[in-house]
Amino acid sequence: MSETKNITVHLKVWRQKRNEKKGRFESYTVKDVSTDSSFLEMLDLLNEDLTKSGKEPLEFDSDCREGICGTCGLVINGVAHGPQQAIATCQLHMRKFKDGETLTIEPFRAKPFTPIKDLIVDRSAFDRIISKGGYVSTNAGSPQDANAILIPKKNSDLAMDAASCIGCGACVAACPNASASLFTSAKISQYALLPQGQPEATRRASQMVDQMDLEGFGNCSNHGECEAVCPKQITIANIARMRREFFKAALRS
Amino acid sequence: MKLDAKIPGGQLETKWSSYKSQLKLVNPANKRKHELIVVGTGLAGGAAAASLGELGYKVKNFCIQDSPRRAHSIAAQGGINASKNYQNDGDSIWRLFYDTIKGGDFRGREANTYRLAELSANIIDQCVAQGVPFAREYGGLLANRSFGGAQVSRTFYARGQTGQQLLLGAYGSLMRQVDAGNVEMYPRREMLDVVLIDGKARGIICRNLITGELERYVGDAVILCTGGYSPVYYLSTNAVNSNVTAAWRCHKKGAVMANPCYTQIHPTCIPQEGDHQSKLTLMSESLRNDGRVWVPKKENDSRKASGIPENERDYFLERKYPSFGNLVPRDIASRNAKEVCDENKGVGSTRRAVFLDFEEAIGRLGENVIAERYGNLFDMYQNLTGENPYKTPMMIYPAPHYTMGGLWVDYNLQSTIPGLHVLGEANFSDHGANRLGASALMQGLADGYFVIPYTIGSFLASTELPKVDTSHDAFNESENDIKQTVNKLLSIKGGKTVRELHRELGYLMLDKVGMARDKEGLEETIEKIPKIREEFWNNINVPGSSDDLNKSLEMAGRLADFLELGELMARDALNREESCGGHFRTEYMTEEGEALRNDKDFTHVSAWEYQGEGKPHVLHKEELEFDRVTPSQRSYK
Repeated sequence: MSETKNITVHLKVWRQKRNEKKGRFESYTVKDVSTDSSFLEMLDLLNEDLTKSGKEPLEFDSDCREGICGTCGLVINGVAHGPQQAIATCQLHMRKFKDGETLTIEPFRAKPFTPIKDLIVDRSAFDRIISKGGYVSTNAGSPQDANAILIPKKNSDLAMDAASCIGCGACVAACPNASASLFTSAKISQYALLPQGQPEATRRASQMVDQMDLEGFGNCSNHGECEAVCPKQITIANIARMRREFFKAALRS
Repeated sequence: MKLDAKIPGGQLETKWSSYKSQLKLVNPANKRKHELIVVGTGLAGGAAAASLGELGYKVKNFCIQDSPRRAHSIAAQGGINASKNYQNDGDSIWRLFYDTIKGGDFRGREANTYRLAELSANIIDQCVAQGVPFAREYGGLLANRSFGGAQVSRTFYARGQTGQQLLLGAYGSLMRQVDAGNVEMYPRREMLDVVLIDGKARGIICRNLITGELERYVGDAVILCTGGYSPVYYLSTNAVNSNVTAAWRCHKKGAVMANPCYTQIHPTCIPQEGDHQSKLTLMSESLRNDGRVWVPKKENDSRKASGIPENERDYFLERKYPSFGNLVPRDIASRNAKEVCDENKGVGSTRRAVFLDFEEAIGRLGENVIAERYGNLFDMYQNLTGENPYKTPMMIYPAPHYTMGGLWVDYNLQSTIPGLHVLGEANFSDHGANRLGASALMQGLADGYFVIPYTIGSFLASTELPKVDTSHDAFNESENDIKQTVNKLLSIKGGKTVRELHRELGYLMLDKVGMARDKEGLEETIEKIPKIREEFWNNINVPGSSDDLNKSLEMAGRLADFLELGELMARDALNREESCGGHFRTEYMTEEGEALRNDKDFTHVSAWEYQGEGKPHVLHKEELEFDRVTPSQRSYK
């Protein structure tokens, strides 16, 4: 492993009780943090300290801790998933920070992401958007042989780029309009690029976009903040593709 | 209790197809009258809930995550096996079956494993139809790669994110059924008990992880798809919330637990960097396609990799297993890594690591090709360790990853509790004593898409299921028990945190019930765990309250169950006086140091029945019959 040392960090953390209308920042200091440890392991250390001193630990979501499940998501020093690009919060390591540095930690804020507790928010709006067309309508059964349809590698690779979205919500948190366009467009793009997605293309684009609006997400006005924080580097080219699909749908209906 | 695996008669090759055509059916109009409970939304649970919804059943689907898309199947990297023989390299259902049963060291069930191999091709067709973006060749055909334990290329993949793509395919199908009103989704719910009425599984009790409320749900069957139990080791590649609780509570209600000592320690993980770290990151086994594993020949050699000349390197897997080389099965790769480290040849600051070196492959194929194949894994490694694997070899060490043991099920995937079905990693049935790479995804999806939709119909059509509701006494009793436990956990307010005691249990398990086991160490573990358990129930500190989102309370409940499971694992390992697959008893090995099975005395499944608190489990044996294959000394030389 690379050069390891122990550092101290000061934290300003958003705390909010369940059902509490408004939260507040509280300050903590965590000592003896190995620079090899991850950011969330540093918060685990804080929670050990809080538990031992009879205080209530800080609640935050995390699960796989390898950047693929999309459960974690914190705004660190004003940036969703923190200062390093192309990673989720759980992949951020303490070697990125200096000894004695003060870090501000907040939840992903957006109107459709209602606060639950401390740094945990409700992202179920994403599930409802997917339920309106983020799939190919095929029942489990006996489809044709997998190699019966040839797909150009380029299209397949682009579809995979879009499909790699982990649904974390950083794009929404970073957007000044709290738009879910990057998230929604990634799924629409995946299927727009594949032959299996064609029969339902029209319905998919219009229904998913409608649901996105219904949930209260804002419109996209091309700031590009979403792309900058996306842990999977999903590009806003997908939003352009979503618009094309949406207009095609509007013209056909 | 007599264990009846209900394996249908007839030829191995036609068992499933002829059995399927004889299974009873539920007519479409009646399907919607049946409510089914599916717990878990990974590949097994997500696929099952979606498929059952498609058939028209009323499904309630539960998960501990905030969204079904986040189940831990999502983290599977390397791929999924299917006997498509697209590469024209001689693959067949038979070969996939044989590799799997041999890979499991002849401790799996022939009929289940054959069915798995048979369904594998169908799974790929299904996933492609769903729009899963598998890797493709320039001509537009699907690409394949090789995995451990096989001499053919049969692994389909989506970069290093195969689990994610397969899961999102299942999740899409699931959300389609949610939208159609056939599936009701209950996220952030933790199943804390199965409710038995007239001896059948008729409901569950969940804790709402946001409000803390205990909720009751009733159904005609319960389908448990809650994954494995490797976080019992504290160190694990599993997600931090992965746990055994749902399965263990079923076990305590009468579902017997099979082969709990069969655990898989995955060879290619990034070594631990400190005690506070419990989650270890796995690097896909696919890396062993092009990476060469080695250590210095000299003991305690602290030179950098680049400073060690070729003739002073020991490529120990290539040396010992020339025909499979770096692609030996996981158990063998892990054990060999441990052995060289035990011989003081380990590398890195902790000396518990071996090199995984891509220099030769980069020279042969160029950095671009390697980046194309493994780019995201290399990035992940660099991000975690701060080192560039294109320039210096990776350092890897084995970590607990997968558990082959689990709740016992028959051929229909039904446990010893009528109505309780168990799918995916949570059951024990398909991988014997060691699972080959790229087979977990295959099993989860086979169980969910193509087995349970048939066998559940037969269960429902042939079982009397009088109407019951959640006011039944069994629900009251169960809920009271849970409340008492929760209140007790919160009232102890002792001096140890959940993490501290979990670590204590885990290190003990890893040391004594890990890659190598012996009688003395196992007996010591059986003596020590009750002491940790006692400390837990007298000195644990669980902050917060029960009527709130309280992750410390969740983790405490899970640790309480791991503390019981760990002891049973040690007992099972002690009882099995042989070495097989992931279960390696140092007393039982060949002269060359390989696992030495004892087929005469141990060609059986060890299934343990719970007897109540403080009472020893009772062992039941299901003899394994091999009609078509002859168990042989597994050789990868």
